[in-house]
Amino acid sequence: MRRRVIWGMIYGYLGINLLMFLRFFFPRALYEPNSIFNIGYPADFSLGIDQRYLMTNRVWIIREPDRIFVIFARCTHLGCTPEWKAAENKFKCPCHGSGYDSEGVNFEGPAPRPMDRAHVDMDPTGKLIVDTSRLYMDDPRAGVNQFNDPGAYLPV
Amino acid sequence: MAEENGEKKSTGLLDRVRQDVTDLKEVIKEKGKDEIENLKEPEKTQLFRSVFRVKHDETPRNRALSVLSNVFFHLHPAKVNRDAVKYKFTWGMGGITFYLFIVLTFTGVLLMFYYHPTKVQAFRDILYLENDVPFGKLLRNMHRWAAHLMIIAVWLHMFRVFLTGSYKRPREFNWCIGVLLMVLTLLLSFTGYLLPDDQLGFWAVTVGTNMARATPLLGTEGPFGAMLGMTPYNDVRFALLGGSIVDANALLRAYIWHCIAIPLIASIFMALHFWRVRKDGGISGPAPVMLESEIKEEKGHRPVVLRPSGVQ
Repeated sequence: MRRRVIWGMIYGYLGINLLMFLRFFFPRALYEPNSIFNIGYPADFSLGIDQRYLMTNRVWIIREPDRIFVIFARCTHLGCTPEWKAAENKFKCPCHGSGYDSEGVNFEGPAPRPMDRAHVDMDPTGKLIVDTSRLYMDDPRAGVNQFNDPGAYLPV
Repeated sequence: MAEENGEKKSTGLLDRVRQDVTDLKEVIKEKGKDEIENLKEPEKTQLFRSVFRVKHDETPRNRALSVLSNVFFHLHPAKVNRDAVKYKFTWGMGGITFYLFIVLTFTGVLLMFYYHPTKVQAFRDILYLENDVPFGKLLRNMHRWAAHLMIIAVWLHMFRVFLTGSYKRPREFNWCIGVLLMVLTLLLSFTGYLLPDDQLGFWAVTVGTNMARATPLLGTEGPFGAMLGMTPYNDVRFALLGGSIVDANALLRAYIWHCIAIPLIASIFMALHFWRVRKDGGISGPAPVMLESEIKEEKGHRPVVLRPSGVQ
């Protein structure tokens, strides 16, 4: 009986060590840009694709006559950052050639669905707050389209 | 009286001391002579014998023992089957792979002297290595060439083992270890690719870890991932990158996997792989084929015949 207890304690100790070992690989504090950030007022943006927050926060701001929405600049194929080619009026991913139209909807290449859109909201002072940790997707294969959910765009 | 005594004592003592010194001189002289003579035969000096130990007479037993009881040699068999050395049969690919691993380790360690695994410095260090460090370009290119060649050699080795049936009984487990070693070689190649922090490496790791994101159960976008509460901040991709984006943490982790963790794991498995080769009967040579008609049966005793299929 005592032998069982001792072995149990040893295995327990080793088990705890294993769990500690696994947890070790998940850091708590991250030195990454905040996923929630403020991009200014809707009036700051003219019609079309705005790239001013691409390098810092990985988003394009799209202004259309009736609304404003934010595309998260990650190709839905394997995660590279596409490039906006204004001359050809499309986004093109350099990794495997996925092509998206001016609204981020895929039309060529291996991308399976349009680029995801980030949550956008307005704070009491009228500034736009974007949250890239909350993404809305349009996946025809799964029969899901969240692009018209509140939060996926702001009517302006 | 005291003086007398003192003188007697001191003289006695002095005499004895003088005698001892003379004796000592003799002894030292003799020892000195010995040492000088020994210098003519360095193997007999105490220094040599302490470092290298005693030389034995050359008998077959001692020749075998000198391999078996040597810390560097003893993983190598004392005797090797002559057929096993046939390059037409083995291609020598296993040995070439191991040699390339040694080259990679050596050049890799040297490269580590000039490389800092930080976002600020990594790319510049490679440029510095190539253009400023003496022989840096040669070293970096050797490392890269050896890496590519090792992948090719590992594949050819696997191919050869398959074609010669050297995975059959009793070598099945060794084949599995070999496959594992191949995966480790590919992982080494992948993690090393990221280290220069250039466009190639950065996007390669982006694509690779995004594929990891699709792992079932453990990845955010994999089947059943959402059910297990996986988010971009706690899935297997997060563990690999040390974050949710490919940034400084990812570079450091790739560096550690590439230079320490995977080589250690690979070394353990290589030791196991080589040991199993010996344990399973050495490099498997061409099967000794005996025709049934040549077997002389003695009182029902069936000699062991290794048929080409490996079944006995």
